[in-house]
Amino acid sequence: MNLTVTLSPHIHSGDSIEKRMYSVLFALAPAWLVSLYFFGLGALIVTLVSVASCLLFEYLIQRFLLKGTPTIGDGSAILTGVLLAFNLPSNLSPALVVLGALVAIGLGKMAFGGLGNNIFNPALLGRVFLLISFPAQMTVWPQPGTFPLEYTDATTGATVLSMLKGHWGTLPATADLWIGNIGGSLGEVSAIALLLGGIFLLWRKIITWHIPVAVLGTVAVFTGIMHAVDPELYAEPLIHLLSGGLLLGAFFMATDYVTSPMSRNGMLVYGVGIGIITVVIRLFGSYPEGVSFAILTMNAFTPIINIYIKNKKFGEVKS
Amino acid sequence: MKTFVIGGIKAPENKLTAGTPIAVMPLPKQAVIHLSQHAGEAATPIVAVGDKVKTGQLIGKNNGFISANIHSSVSGTVTKIEAVADAGGVKNMSVFIDVAPDEWDERVSSDSHIEVPRSFAEWARGCPCGAYYHKNFCSAFPDERKLCYDRFRSFVADEEASPEEVIEKIKDAGIVGMGGAAFPTHVKLSPPPNTKAEILIINAVECEPYLTSDHALMLEHGIEILEGVRILKYAAKVKKAVIGIENNKKDAIKHLTELAKRHFCGISIVPLKIRYPQGSEKQLVEAITGQQIPNGQLPIAVGAIVQNVGTAYAVYEAIANNKPLIERIVTVTGKHLTKPVNLSVRIGTPIHDLIAYAGGLPDDSCKVVAGGPMMGRALPSLDLPVTKGTSGILVLSAADTDRKTMRNCIRCARCTNVCCMGLNPSLLMNAVDFKDWDLVENNAILNCIECGSCSFVCPSNRPLLDYIRKGKTRIRAMMKVRAKRNNS
Repeated sequence: MNLTVTLSPHIHSGDSIEKRMYSVLFALAPAWLVSLYFFGLGALIVTLVSVASCLLFEYLIQRFLLKGTPTIGDGSAILTGVLLAFNLPSNLSPALVVLGALVAIGLGKMAFGGLGNNIFNPALLGRVFLLISFPAQMTVWPQPGTFPLEYTDATTGATVLSMLKGHWGTLPATADLWIGNIGGSLGEVSAIALLLGGIFLLWRKIITWHIPVAVLGTVAVFTGIMHAVDPELYAEPLIHLLSGGLLLGAFFMATDYVTSPMSRNGMLVYGVGIGIITVVIRLFGSYPEGVSFAILTMNAFTPIINIYIKNKKFGEVKS
Repeated sequence: MKTFVIGGIKAPENKLTAGTPIAVMPLPKQAVIHLSQHAGEAATPIVAVGDKVKTGQLIGKNNGFISANIHSSVSGTVTKIEAVADAGGVKNMSVFIDVAPDEWDERVSSDSHIEVPRSFAEWARGCPCGAYYHKNFCSAFPDERKLCYDRFRSFVADEEASPEEVIEKIKDAGIVGMGGAAFPTHVKLSPPPNTKAEILIINAVECEPYLTSDHALMLEHGIEILEGVRILKYAAKVKKAVIGIENNKKDAIKHLTELAKRHFCGISIVPLKIRYPQGSEKQLVEAITGQQIPNGQLPIAVGAIVQNVGTAYAVYEAIANNKPLIERIVTVTGKHLTKPVNLSVRIGTPIHDLIAYAGGLPDDSCKVVAGGPMMGRALPSLDLPVTKGTSGILVLSAADTDRKTMRNCIRCARCTNVCCMGLNPSLLMNAVDFKDWDLVENNAILNCIECGSCSFVCPSNRPLLDYIRKGKTRIRAMMKVRAKRNNS
């Protein structure tokens, strides 16, 4: 009988990249169903095109450029595709979606060597590329309906944040903000669905509380102070928390393992940074929304946060 | 419920043999007794080929302070004394004995069970305040009035043994830590000068999955264990002893608590939250006292002495019955074994005998581990003998122990969150891989206690601990060279 000899430990928890990626996808499902309801066919097409092209680009690059074994089964490309779609308006033409996927996977992920090596969140890189290159198409938002069948010809309108920025229009009721009956990117509209997904991730221990709490807490405090200073000019914190991509960003994008810090205090610093940059852009910048830029900026700081902020070690002598 | 603060995991318990009684393993045909079964110097053989030895007879003399005596666990004839590779692959001088029926060394009393008085009244009649009481306890520990059992009295009272003499006796019996590390017990009981022990912590955590040897021992020999704890308290000159037991052994907690309440002073039982690696000395001391042992120091730095529960039993046997450490409880387990058991085994019994007793090696076996699945050692051969530190024999199938393909690190920080020493295993692994030894050393790689939690949880199946071990070896070697240079 041949015995295998290895070093300990001899058992494994059975955790895997796949389990984690598919758990995140599962957590995103409620938000996606809500957007299917409000944005109908457009949401379906944009999501499918995005996921399919992310998978295709990752396969092709892995197979023909990196000459490695394709890794599309690990779920990370699907997740990038879904997150990219969630950050796009549901009336975006398929060609732009494919372009966004190419930037996200090609430039954001595979150029660095694939999963685990990228510096920036791939989906956000894709979205910001499209936002800067095609600002007109990226800032017309379809209005919610009841499973509407229009796609690129959907009725468009403003988002809450652009209303706040321009000081025009009537803000929707807070209940509509919670449910998602507002204009905006495909997956960011329903606060309840996103919170549900976030709580699922926390419960399954896929993410820890540090980043979402730091991001949302900072935004609440910062906008709360500004609101107290001038309630006419600055909206109340709750509107800021529920609108735009903040919840999606705080629970699903900022917590991306690869591009966020590893220590608990580092996560807090990173989250606070995202919160501050978001509010600064929203209140004082020229874009109505700043979550994507905030996360990408803090992604760049992650390596240095990892160097300087570490977990407390056991038995360190106080000096 | 108490526990440690940093990191830790919830490992699948798989305590297949929990609650099964201890069976006595029949004597082997040939016993192989390693002369180095402990941390420190190997013992020097004092028998020659052809000698007849008795059970319990000294065959290896300890070699310096950090070393331990080795006794024959069987009766018979010494057939050869030669170096063989042990479980770690190191050449280990060993005594081979052809086994004959037991003939005990005269001084050993082989009947080791204490008759537990059934009621307080019955017990009080035979105790202290009258005949069984002794002045040594009286002056040193006035609060221990209720404690005397006649066995202990016969040694301490008749020979008027001081704590130092008790330690000497423990040393003579070759007792080492029974949890796995096998550090000589007398060394731990003799703390360096300028330190003062205040609390004796008995490690009955048994946080390794599968293993139940301590659990079985506590259920069947509770009173002997408590008696051993009392002897250890006396030897270490402390007033307070705490037995830490993880809460998955509720019956043992209840049993020992009742016994301690009825018959012993100054021994308390503390249930601990189920969390691996609570059985590690540093984590256990923190769980019980709330204090972290500073890096590079021993538990005595926070006034604690830690002993394993099996060691307490061995100490009782040595003091009360003159019985050296020649047998121990071994859990023979595995999901595919037909009859997993807790066995009382003589040291030196070949491991294939144990597996045969448990129903034989299943066809799908892949790995046989001495110890638990998290920190145990995979055995290269089943001809190796049981040693003083063998707490379990675990048979794993390929499905249980398969190492899947390593993937990229996704920096999910699971390893840093579970590391009980607060390190960053993924950083250490990368630094070792890139041979950035300064980075490795600066990130406190030597603090790692090798609990294996990082490799266990990694979703990318990265062998973090393998790399950390490699780094530790390298850093130790570098430090040695540096010290040599500084000296010359």
